[in-house]
Amino acid sequence: MSDLPGDLMYTREHEWLRREEDGSVTVGITDHAQSALGDLVYVELPEVDQELDSGGDMAVVESVKAASDVYAPIAGAVSAVNDELGDDPEKINADPYGDGWIVRIQPSEAIDESELLSPNDYQDLLDEEDA
Amino acid sequence: MPFIPHTEDDTREMLEAIGAGSLDDLFDEIPKELLIDSLDGVPTALTEMQITRLMRERAAQDGAPLCFIGAGAYEHHIPTAVWDIATRGEFYSAYTPYQAEASQGTLQTIYEYQTMITELTGLDVSNASLYDGASALAEAALMAVRANRRVKTGRVLLAPGVNPVYEQVAAAIAGNQGLTFERLPMDSKTGNVAFDELRDGQEPVAVVIQQPSFPGTLEDVDQLTNWAHAQDAAAIGIVNPTSLALLKPPAQWGEQGAGIAIGEGQPLGVPLSSGGPYFGFMTCKQKHVRQMPGRIVGRTTDLDDNLGFTLTLQAREQHIRRTKATSNICTNQGLMVTAATIYMSLLGLDGLASVARRAHANTSQLVDSLCAINGVERLYEGPYFHEVALKLDRPIAPVLTALAEQDILGGFDLTDFAGTDALLVCATETKSEADIDAYASALADVMA
Repeated sequence: MSDLPGDLMYTREHEWLRREEDGSVTVGITDHAQSALGDLVYVELPEVDQELDSGGDMAVVESVKAASDVYAPIAGAVSAVNDELGDDPEKINADPYGDGWIVRIQPSEAIDESELLSPNDYQDLLDEEDA
Repeated sequence: MPFIPHTEDDTREMLEAIGAGSLDDLFDEIPKELLIDSLDGVPTALTEMQITRLMRERAAQDGAPLCFIGAGAYEHHIPTAVWDIATRGEFYSAYTPYQAEASQGTLQTIYEYQTMITELTGLDVSNASLYDGASALAEAALMAVRANRRVKTGRVLLAPGVNPVYEQVAAAIAGNQGLTFERLPMDSKTGNVAFDELRDGQEPVAVVIQQPSFPGTLEDVDQLTNWAHAQDAAAIGIVNPTSLALLKPPAQWGEQGAGIAIGEGQPLGVPLSSGGPYFGFMTCKQKHVRQMPGRIVGRTTDLDDNLGFTLTLQAREQHIRRTKATSNICTNQGLMVTAATIYMSLLGLDGLASVARRAHANTSQLVDSLCAINGVERLYEGPYFHEVALKLDRPIAPVLTALAEQDILGGFDLTDFAGTDALLVCATETKSEADIDAYASALADVMA
């Protein structure tokens, strides 16, 4: 049973989003995703100010057994990246919803929440994948 | 290597299994107008006895001329032990076995090779090799694009001394991926980049610097590397491995050093053999390692804490990263690399430095002797390593033909590159004083 904070939004690509007070959105990968990937050894981050298209490539997380793309869940510009992951990618394994955040995005348009999943919907997705 | 025969029955069974009626059916996809059924000078079927004789006769036509051609491939003395060891059954394979559980010897050889090559270039990491120096440039340019994502132009600027064949190959491989290759202006006196004419603001993704340059000159690599970095471009060095025993390694060029250094590995124990097989080497700074193509061998320990070797950083590669792989190269020039590793081990850095010093001294003597001839002078001023461009007062091709009649390969015709009647000559450590005198007197006769 993976950890699933109730105050976040989720995606079908196993990412989470959190609205910050300044209007930006923090993005990371879910507990389920980090657990499926295994011990992370490297994270490739975008450049700050880079423009992102919704659904486009944003980052790469590499574990000892696989490398996966992290997709931009919304359109916008990168306002911050978690530079500490450079030396310490396993922060994502240890604390995927906290210190293991990956990118902060300043949205370029209103966020279409119908494209995102609530904690319950994401739990259903995980249950389906397990089934 | 074993000879694996197949009978007519084997052939028929294989064709049936894939639903083909005949061997010719396998080539159905090739348009008829592209098919040829005979080649000039290549006979149809011959017996083994006939073909052995024919090949011996043709090989003899090469003779054993005195070779003063370099231009990217260099004749060096190869200790007999190099190929004696490299062709042992344990190494002599068409395919490099990578299974860690079965191939510790091969993996360690590649690991030692990587270590030696990084010692030469001064950079942190080497891959297990690429096909040749020219394709290594294409891979380095593609790598620079991945490592330097801020720059979107795909514009690769080449120093004027980059080997023109490398440019052609790189453009053929990387041209369809949005990369363009353009030349920086040349100072016609030095043959090197004309710093006065460099324009800022072209947003190059990479600047490529060849040292020694194709026409043999020594570029101001520090200034050019600094200029590249001032343009936010990656600096890629193309280097001759023998020269690195004497010249400043790419990692020390300018304030930050070149981030990527590549080159042709042939001078390290691989014979001149009608153009190949050779091998390309590639090294880079640690921070770029995930953008590097090709296999990389790492050192590790097994469960019992014994030292061991294995492929590493494979998440870059196509069997894991699929379409997003930074590497579509799953093999390397294993046999050539084995020879190079043995060559470098036998010579050591001191031995390589004496080869380099002797080659420089011989070339220096050759240039002095040739420039004493009326109508021969140096094309560019400044220092050189083991290759020099000469300006002649007449067309080069007939001169080379006349020299060839005396069994002397007098150099590479540099006329197209230089835009004037010019000849590129090289004398490695293999040339004796008598060889150099023989060339000088033959050229004096031809020029008289």
